[in-house]
Amino acid sequence: MHSTPPRTEEAPAAVLQIAQLGVIFATAQGDVPAVQDVSLRVERGECLGVVGESGAGKTQLFLATLGLLPATARVSGSATLGREPLIGRPQKELDRFRGARIGLIFQDPMTSLTPHLRVGEQIAEPIVRHCGASWSQARRKALALLDRVHVPDAACRLRQYPHELSGGMRQRVMIAIALACDPQLLIADEPTTALDVTVQARILALFAELKREAGMAMVLITHDFGAVAGVADRVAVMQSGRIVELDTAAAVLTSPRHEYTRALLERTLTLDSGAGPRSPAAAETAAGSQIALAVTSLSVKYPGRRSWRGGGALHALHDVSLELRAGEALGVVGESGSGKSTLARAALQLIRPSGGRVSWMGRPLSGLSSRELKRLRRDMQMVFQDPLASLDPRMTVGAIVAEPLQVHEPQLDAGARERQVIRMLTRVGLAPQMAGRYPHELSGGQCQRIGIARAMILGPRLLVCDEPVSALDASVQAQILDLLASLKSEHGMSILLVSHNLAVVRRICDRVLVLYRGRMMELADSRTLFSAPVHPYTRELLEAVPVIDPRVQPRRLALARLGESRDARGEHPPSAGCAFRGRCPHAIEPCAAREPAWEVAPGGSRVACHRFRELADGILGPL
Amino acid sequence: MSGWITAGEAPGRGSGRGRSGLRRLRESRAVLAAAGGLAVLALLAAFGPWLSPYSYDALDWRHLAVAPGFTAAHWLGTDPLGRDLYVRTLYGLRLSLLIGVLATAVSVGIGVAWGAIAGYVGGRTDSWMMRTVDMLYALPYLFVVIILATVFGRGNIAMLFLAIGAVGWLTMARVVRGQTLSLKRREFIEAARATGLGTPAIIRRHIVPNLAGTVAVYATLTIPELITFESFLSFLGLGVQEPRASLGSLISEGARQMLTAPWMLLVPAGVLVTLLLCFNILGDGLRDAFDPAAH
Repeated sequence: MHSTPPRTEEAPAAVLQIAQLGVIFATAQGDVPAVQDVSLRVERGECLGVVGESGAGKTQLFLATLGLLPATARVSGSATLGREPLIGRPQKELDRFRGARIGLIFQDPMTSLTPHLRVGEQIAEPIVRHCGASWSQARRKALALLDRVHVPDAACRLRQYPHELSGGMRQRVMIAIALACDPQLLIADEPTTALDVTVQARILALFAELKREAGMAMVLITHDFGAVAGVADRVAVMQSGRIVELDTAAAVLTSPRHEYTRALLERTLTLDSGAGPRSPAAAETAAGSQIALAVTSLSVKYPGRRSWRGGGALHALHDVSLELRAGEALGVVGESGSGKSTLARAALQLIRPSGGRVSWMGRPLSGLSSRELKRLRRDMQMVFQDPLASLDPRMTVGAIVAEPLQVHEPQLDAGARERQVIRMLTRVGLAPQMAGRYPHELSGGQCQRIGIARAMILGPRLLVCDEPVSALDASVQAQILDLLASLKSEHGMSILLVSHNLAVVRRICDRVLVLYRGRMMELADSRTLFSAPVHPYTRELLEAVPVIDPRVQPRRLALARLGESRDARGEHPPSAGCAFRGRCPHAIEPCAAREPAWEVAPGGSRVACHRFRELADGILGPL
Repeated sequence: MSGWITAGEAPGRGSGRGRSGLRRLRESRAVLAAAGGLAVLALLAAFGPWLSPYSYDALDWRHLAVAPGFTAAHWLGTDPLGRDLYVRTLYGLRLSLLIGVLATAVSVGIGVAWGAIAGYVGGRTDSWMMRTVDMLYALPYLFVVIILATVFGRGNIAMLFLAIGAVGWLTMARVVRGQTLSLKRREFIEAARATGLGTPAIIRRHIVPNLAGTVAVYATLTIPELITFESFLSFLGLGVQEPRASLGSLISEGARQMLTAPWMLLVPAGVLVTLLLCFNILGDGLRDAFDPAAH
């Protein structure tokens, strides 16, 4: 297992030292241990990655250290910051530590900032409270902090409200707040889970830089090995409340000793894990089969807010065309705001497109009456992003899965329906007894299996999956994707898979469409796209996917760090020319003048870029 | 990786729910007491009058305006006409409860249907339906009740019922519409649409069941409101008429005799206050237990 260095008085005290820490929750069902006998230390200038699946107790461990657990929790053992004990201190005294000597960063940058306060005030507040600075001093420091976390136009950002910032910017503001009082220890709980892959890489690069330059101790809690690979020096792996392995990052990630670590690593999706269980012939059969879904120059506009200024409409999708053949899986990737979810919904007519056409098996969907559309919905089902939110909390699992049958096959009697539900639940890997349970009693992975069962029970010919795994633990993602792939080969249906993560798409998709700001950037078959990406945006997305290798990942993060300066330029979409040119490292004059045409690149992929020939020939190197 | 449940998929919650469970348990003593009190009051209203030898309109000439005590089985005294206050109070309680509960049921029925349809369908339908509610709100209801009373004759219980019901559902419709608007944006509603459910089916199967908590809580808070409203109308002389009694009319009568026969005010007022207190505690307790924000 792991060895704690001998504690001698001469040794410099670790910044954080936790010994035999245990947390027990008193519940109606009796005592539930959340953390058991955890000992670890974090030194100055070191980053400890704490990795485990949800429910492993990794968050509880640090909440206990900070005295933030609810009153039903009993904490045993000890934790010291420097030489000062933290466990058992009254809350009043702990307030001097939290936010001052220990900085905290939470998962969701959307909800952990107060919406009605300007960003500047939120950064300045801890400085005033903990360091006794005046407000004007604090504001000056806030400006410096925003610069340090690489927020462009810091002076202007200070006066903005959280909702005016993008997710990545908000997370940077959160980091600035955590750094406000020059803490000795920074604890980040899933700091990048809610972010796009590209933004995630940038934030992780920032962590690596802070660790190097500020020399503070850092704890990075995550469910994803990819997030710790480039940043952490040592990694602790937690399973059901215990640390099962604690060693240097290189040792844990490249030659794990514990069986559980090995299993976790194996199940984590990376670009190297490649395609899932898919017969090589599948793509060829799909290529020759009938076109199931055809989308022709589809546009969707969301009406802007009606105000006296007459706010402009938001162009969520702009002239997108694609064809999906029977039995084919098409991936749609892009960052948030790229219009990928809008495309999925417009294809199912859940959103009315403002232009263009969608047809299913040669029949245009736009002119259909709601009754005809309802009949067609039988063939086109959807799997949603948030597994729990997409299930009605007041219905049992059985009722949820049976609902499509009630709608489309009302002639079935209760017994026949029940048999089908049981069959389907078993097929997606759930026990039949689950039918009587409620969604909130189940885990995210189980909920998503139910969502898939509901979508599959009618035997649809098209399954639209909107980020089906992005809300799940890294270790469960591959299982859910493999389930989708095996259902696909069993039923011969088509899949339209929307995701921001290229590793997810690679697992099951035959072809991939890359969207940026509602426009098509590149469309290629999977093998070509991943081996020879043409469009600079595709390359950037590929660069951002973390590689679980501590020898390679730091270099990739450093590269991601370089792209940062271009992000700011990309934030305001150019009014003419190529939509991506603001962020593009290869932008030249014609890019600003006109929009690139949709061309066929030498490798066979289709791409919208003025310099596609140079890029495809490798004259223009990677970023 | 065999089997359908893995360590990673085991739900890792417990803390949050355990805490709210404990909180509810601590509060449930007050809520239980309130529920018990309500049960006792309801039983008394239903069967209490049978225990007394008197009926609510019988005059006892030998005992005019006697104080509470055990003389001649007038346990809570009599009014100046010799009518037994115990029986009359319980009779009034019965009427008040009946009006409160039935009018609430009506307002729940109309309010939930109105609010859910307006909220879910949205657009122009929503505008029209909610503007109607606004207009009804704007009517001076007391004025309306007076007009209704002159048209139908005072003391017409059906009229009273109509007047109270007409007021009660407006707020319910607004509350339900607000809840529906937030439900509508939830992903499971979109999932139902993608499945192919029509609008009526979505409202019936997904919207209304998810409103149940809010509606139950709001209804328990509406009952005392409507009872107060009925008492208020009866106090003004627009409600229940002699010889029948409701708590409001008894209090009104008692207020006139306040100096000579204070028990005539204190008995029905005490019952009304107890009743309202019980309903309000129960409603608050339910709201805390059901409020999604509390979890």
